[in-house]
Amino acid sequence: MSEPLFEVTDLQVSFRGRSGPVNAVNGLSYTVMPGQVLGVVGESGSGKSVSSMGLLGLIRDRGATVTGSARFQGRELIGMPDRELRSVRGREIAMVFQDPMTSLTPVYTVGWHIAEQIRAHESISKKAARHRAIELLAEVGIPDPARRVDAYPHEFSGGMRQRAVIAMALACDPALLIADEPTTALDVTTQAQILDLMLRLRETHGSSIMVITHDMGVVSEIADRVLVMYGGRAVEAGTCREVFHTPHHPYTRGLLASVPRIGGEKLHRLPTIPGAPIASSERPTGCAFAPRCAERHDACTMQPLLTGDGHLSACWLTAPEVPA
Amino acid sequence: MTGDVLLKATDVVKNFPVRGGAAGRRGPVVHAVDGVSLEVRRGETLGVVGESGCGKSTLGRCLVRLGEVTSGRIEFEGQDITRLSRRRLRPVRPGLQMVFQDPYTSLNPRRTVGEIVAEPLLVHRRGTHAEIRATVADILDRVGLTAEQADRYPHEFSGGMRQRVGIARSLALEPRLIVADEPVSALDVSIQAQVLNLFADLQEQLGLTYLFVAHDLGVVRRVSNRIAVMYLGRVVELGPADRVYSTPAHPYTQALLSAVPRIDDGTPAQTPTRERIVLSGDVPNPIDLPSGCTFHPRCPFARDNCRTERPPLSVDATGRQVACHYPLG
Repeated sequence: MSEPLFEVTDLQVSFRGRSGPVNAVNGLSYTVMPGQVLGVVGESGSGKSVSSMGLLGLIRDRGATVTGSARFQGRELIGMPDRELRSVRGREIAMVFQDPMTSLTPVYTVGWHIAEQIRAHESISKKAARHRAIELLAEVGIPDPARRVDAYPHEFSGGMRQRAVIAMALACDPALLIADEPTTALDVTTQAQILDLMLRLRETHGSSIMVITHDMGVVSEIADRVLVMYGGRAVEAGTCREVFHTPHHPYTRGLLASVPRIGGEKLHRLPTIPGAPIASSERPTGCAFAPRCAERHDACTMQPLLTGDGHLSACWLTAPEVPA
Repeated sequence: MTGDVLLKATDVVKNFPVRGGAAGRRGPVVHAVDGVSLEVRRGETLGVVGESGCGKSTLGRCLVRLGEVTSGRIEFEGQDITRLSRRRLRPVRPGLQMVFQDPYTSLNPRRTVGEIVAEPLLVHRRGTHAEIRATVADILDRVGLTAEQADRYPHEFSGGMRQRVGIARSLALEPRLIVADEPVSALDVSIQAQVLNLFADLQEQLGLTYLFVAHDLGVVRRVSNRIAVMYLGRVVELGPADRVYSTPAHPYTQALLSAVPRIDDGTPAQTPTRERIVLSGDVPNPIDLPSGCTFHPRCPFARDNCRTERPPLSVDATGRQVACHYPLG
């Protein structure tokens, strides 16, 4: 078995709250193997986005603290000096966000953005960078790239903008691409195009991909492994097949059941999970899902660990040893 | 369960002018809704699906007369309401209500939940203050909120609870038809299911009719008896929900359904059987619509006459309507 590309251990992200620190991420661990696609799913407030922002040093809030370990190709990212981290971000780890305009400036052309990305990390001439930009736009499927390279972001549709952002992300052949809700703002037919594109790029660039999303369909379509998050922790992890075919955690089961499907039997009533996802400041001690869980019992006042053989779950129902 | 026609739209057109027209002359227009005819039957849920910019929300707003139509005719309970003045529309309004997408912006942050739900009752002078208070408590109870929550403000609620307030407000005047525009798309999956179940319960208890506009094909299938699929301002397919999903007749419907990411959970129903049809290109500009069938530039089956002749929405033997020269068999 090869070395993991990216290994996160006991990640904690906390913010200063009105009444003491608020833990947005509370002991998250996972690994990404080379060439693997990891899907991270969860609802609002599960900590799925803030965890990756935290370990890449992208949280601006001065009151935020990030602890734990995040080893990327043998180097520790947490505590890494800003300068060094900046060279890792963009070149070795690229990010794509939900709203492509987060990454694009309306006053510059699409080509400028890509060329700038290349020139920030490599010393090549403007002309060569522009040439690379055109190649990348062609690769992500922008029609007529030699002309479109001089277009401004507003002249692109939403799907084309996201393609341009992916072209920027790929400009330096990153080893890891982190895509945070990359298709959420897009229509379903455009989403299909972007998902296909991401999978194709894994083949051609050999990048590992981490997709953060609320949409389990997206994960099922493109990921090899899934990490289900709730209340700042991973509650279940495994291959897509393991997690979606035989979900272990009651939260995963509830979430899967509440998605209205386009095929299969049309249920009279959708099964629901009572209550709402909890805010990180109101998280109970013990299992965060316990207040909404139909299978709650005495043991749930203690935090279950993420355990298992390959297919992991943080629930006392599946834990090998239940506390007395 | 479905009965007579509650709302009937005939050839409804809604154009929005865009900047750039020469002074005194008609400028270019966005063809948001381009000749839609449909009927909503009493007691049913008609789902309207399509991608962004297809005109589904504009259509919904036009049908409840939130915005003037450019041409066409809208009848509600047999009465032509297309051109009614504000004053003449007032007695019609209670029967025809709307639930909006964003529970964060569609509720007045400075009013309590009770005041928000009471407002339509006050405007339409439905009873004394005491009676209104009782009605509000009753409605809040129906949507799963407690009477104590009436004194709280929208910001104190989560998204799902706020959407319940939006639904409560729409119920205040005992409407017959509710047009719901993406009512669950801002909500988390687990909350979305709760709100969809609420819609179903209210329909059963109050005999409501819904026009349910959404982009999420799973959600629309869940709630709808019949479904209208829109593309570039036109209805391309309309029929019973199960038929439209199991055997789509329009190539666009087929592509749309095949693009939905499925959760492969091991059950045969969720395993994708068909190849995904990835449509090339983007939706054309609604200012300058393609000739003939507006889907022809992206259609894998387009032939010569698709480029020139606009296919009418024709009814097949089973009552399904399709606007395609070569519907899928």
